[in-house]
Amino acid sequence: MTAIDPGQSPLPPLGTVGFARWAWRQLTSMRTALILLFLLAVASVPGTVLPQRGNDPIAVRTWIEDAPTTGPILDRLGFFEVYSSPWFSAVYLLLFISLIGCVIPRARHHWQAMRAAPPPAPRNLMRLPDAMTWQGPAGAVPQAAAYLRARRWRVVTGGTPASAESPATHWVAAEKGYLRETGNLVFHLALLLILLAVAVGGLLGWKGNVIVREGRGFANTLTQYDAWGGGRLVDPAGLPPFSFTLDSFAVDFERTGSQRGAPRSFAAEVTYRSEPAAQPQSAVIEVNHPLEVDGTKVFLVGHGYAPHFVVTDRTGTVVFDDDVPFLPQDGNFTSTGVVKVPDGQPQLGVQGLFLPTAALDDVRGPHSVFPAADDPAVFLSAWQGDLGLDGGAPQSVYSLDTAKMTQIGLEALRPGQSWELPGGQGRITFTGYVRWASFQIAHDPGKELALVGALLAIGGLMCSLFIQRRRIWVKVIDADADGDAGPEAMPAAGAPDAPTGARTTVVQVAGMTRTSTLDDLQAPALLEEMKALAEDLRSPGKEES
Amino acid sequence: MTSSLAQASIACIYASMLALTVAMVAFAISFASGRRRQPATAVPELVAVGGGGSDLVDAHDPGQPGQPGQPGLTVEAGDPAMQPGRRSGNVGMSVTWLAFALLLVGVVLRGVWAHRVPWGNMYEFSITSALGILGVFLLLSLRRDLRWLGLFVTIPALLTLGLAVTVLYTEAAQLVPALKSYWLIIHVSAAVICAGAFTLAAATAGLALIRRRAERGEVQGFAARLPDALRLETMTYRIVAFSFPLWTFAVVAGAIWAENAWGRYWGWDPKETWAFITWVVYAAYLHARSTAGWRGSRASWIAIAGWIAFLINYFGVNIFINSLHSYAGV
Repeated sequence: MTAIDPGQSPLPPLGTVGFARWAWRQLTSMRTALILLFLLAVASVPGTVLPQRGNDPIAVRTWIEDAPTTGPILDRLGFFEVYSSPWFSAVYLLLFISLIGCVIPRARHHWQAMRAAPPPAPRNLMRLPDAMTWQGPAGAVPQAAAYLRARRWRVVTGGTPASAESPATHWVAAEKGYLRETGNLVFHLALLLILLAVAVGGLLGWKGNVIVREGRGFANTLTQYDAWGGGRLVDPAGLPPFSFTLDSFAVDFERTGSQRGAPRSFAAEVTYRSEPAAQPQSAVIEVNHPLEVDGTKVFLVGHGYAPHFVVTDRTGTVVFDDDVPFLPQDGNFTSTGVVKVPDGQPQLGVQGLFLPTAALDDVRGPHSVFPAADDPAVFLSAWQGDLGLDGGAPQSVYSLDTAKMTQIGLEALRPGQSWELPGGQGRITFTGYVRWASFQIAHDPGKELALVGALLAIGGLMCSLFIQRRRIWVKVIDADADGDAGPEAMPAAGAPDAPTGARTTVVQVAGMTRTSTLDDLQAPALLEEMKALAEDLRSPGKEES
Repeated sequence: MTSSLAQASIACIYASMLALTVAMVAFAISFASGRRRQPATAVPELVAVGGGGSDLVDAHDPGQPGQPGQPGLTVEAGDPAMQPGRRSGNVGMSVTWLAFALLLVGVVLRGVWAHRVPWGNMYEFSITSALGILGVFLLLSLRRDLRWLGLFVTIPALLTLGLAVTVLYTEAAQLVPALKSYWLIIHVSAAVICAGAFTLAAATAGLALIRRRAERGEVQGFAARLPDALRLETMTYRIVAFSFPLWTFAVVAGAIWAENAWGRYWGWDPKETWAFITWVVYAAYLHARSTAGWRGSRASWIAIAGWIAFLINYFGVNIFINSLHSYAGV
């Protein structure tokens, strides 16, 4: 063998194929996978620091408004939708390509290894760590083979006849723990399965959010949702035709101690029909207890108050009579909302604050001090002018565009109280309130697949981390190849199963693990197996049970 | 009646902290007066087999006088009881068991007082995490001699408990509705065991880094009292290999719970994302362990990074980041 001098081997010119092969090898190397894993971890971080559109679109808007220079730049770079941004996708797609490129050759190799015979015993078995040897009767080879086969080792036997230099030897080679690599492959393929499940959910799944007031109903059609998003392959006209009515909403808060105000239970009592003609059924939807209808789940995700207002115009005609959902702004349900009365000249708009347990101080202004409606009040600010509804641009029902309006007054009302608007414009009455519950309604056809993938991943992981690929060799050397004195020298008393009589041999047992990450230390489990095997071989009278 | 249960719980936890302090001092004395261990290649390691077959420490010693026909037999150098620091190490172990028992009673009483599993807020998560750290350590110590590690386990456990009783303490009696699910028991118990295991792995990884650096030159001082870097690294690997599937399970259980509570199994909520980051970093650790050039100190750094990600997820997300998982109660 000649040593290769690296300085003298000129690099062959890389053609297109050569470059592609080189690039593929780089991409599928463990080191690249390692770097991609780091990149994936790092790329995930910004989405936990910056608000994300998918979770909190309002916070994203506020963030961008507060940072007029960096906000739009970060937005363009996808920092408010990190997990669907091109750079995040690039990292995980590269990682999965690397994974595939790594798994396919390994699977091929593993397939061959599983069908291959364990390699024969090394020449000098005693060099292996923890090797054992003793003198004993012949017959250790078939006994060891039977013992190991019974314990589901893959076993081959062989031997070399006596020659001038060395005595005759017989050996058993056994291997076990193929499940380690199988588990490893299953784990990585299961990750692909999870990715597939996410893709299925993304294409075929949909979810929507809706606020339903007590006493009101909801039918599962697109127009009834406050927000709805669906995959590319979802037909929005073909949603399951169920409907439900929120009969009542019960909520309970902690009243004492440091956790005062923390929610203790929510329950939405509903009556639902799986289709318009179906029998109505009752159900209670709670956090952790969604309602499942027709493969779709209805989750309770939030709640709040909807104060009821009656507005009359200057002639006394009722122009508005409804309960208006107000959105909670803090843990004590200080809630904000808007009443828009377009049927009037000029139009009327009211910004309101609903306080379930009202308090007023100089620092915080009007605010709520407890989330239950113990002492409700509304603080109203009335505007008149143009609501801006005619422009055709979609408007939030929770905010008032006051650009073309003028403020006409402020007032605080308790339930039952009325406010005569300045200048005889009309009157606003705060009659009371109902509660509302917000529901997330979701359908994800990929979730079962994701669960299967996750369970396979855990199972594969456990196999690949806890099972060791290991080999055991037993070698039997004729101790006394040239004479007949041997047998009598060490009679194996009471060894009826020794087929060749009382011939003495040297038995050697050794083993090693074949796992890449555990080979720093000899595996204790293998040593135990070797000891058990040795004990079995040294007590020839004991039969396999 | 109920408040006396709460008081008893607190009393147990303070008693446990006292015991841990004693154990920490004992371990410190043991460590400081312990034997200096030279690299195995230089001096054959003679290992005191105290707690049964200490496979991690004595299994693959190049200098081990393995005798044919007597596999696995280790030869002792003199009377093990005479080794310096051994007695205080034993005191440390015993007192750590006592601290664990007291803490266990404290956690259980807290649950009895509140009529639920004691995992409703950060105070309760923290005392249970300290229980996890001690539990994993004591479990491992049943199979191998870990007295040298005691100091580096009692310190984080004590810090966790100290934080719990001072900063994080809450009187919370009941669970918020989102936590009322049997998945709480499954998800949190797995995560708490991982907290203990990851902390232990970070400790051994940190010690491995110190020892590895020392082994490049002359091993002396602090590092001389540590086991070989190779052994510390292997121990780190084994702890991570044990906890990584468990962490995977904790994340999956959380996803199933999230699907049941919020209608999606994964929503990139900060808590979920940091759990994912932790998972990815430990996955990188396992890959590093089978990549040439990464197995030693680099892998140890990654194990520490994984633990830091775990800590960020626990303290950072609970306290500083607005998340669906903000159950800190502080």
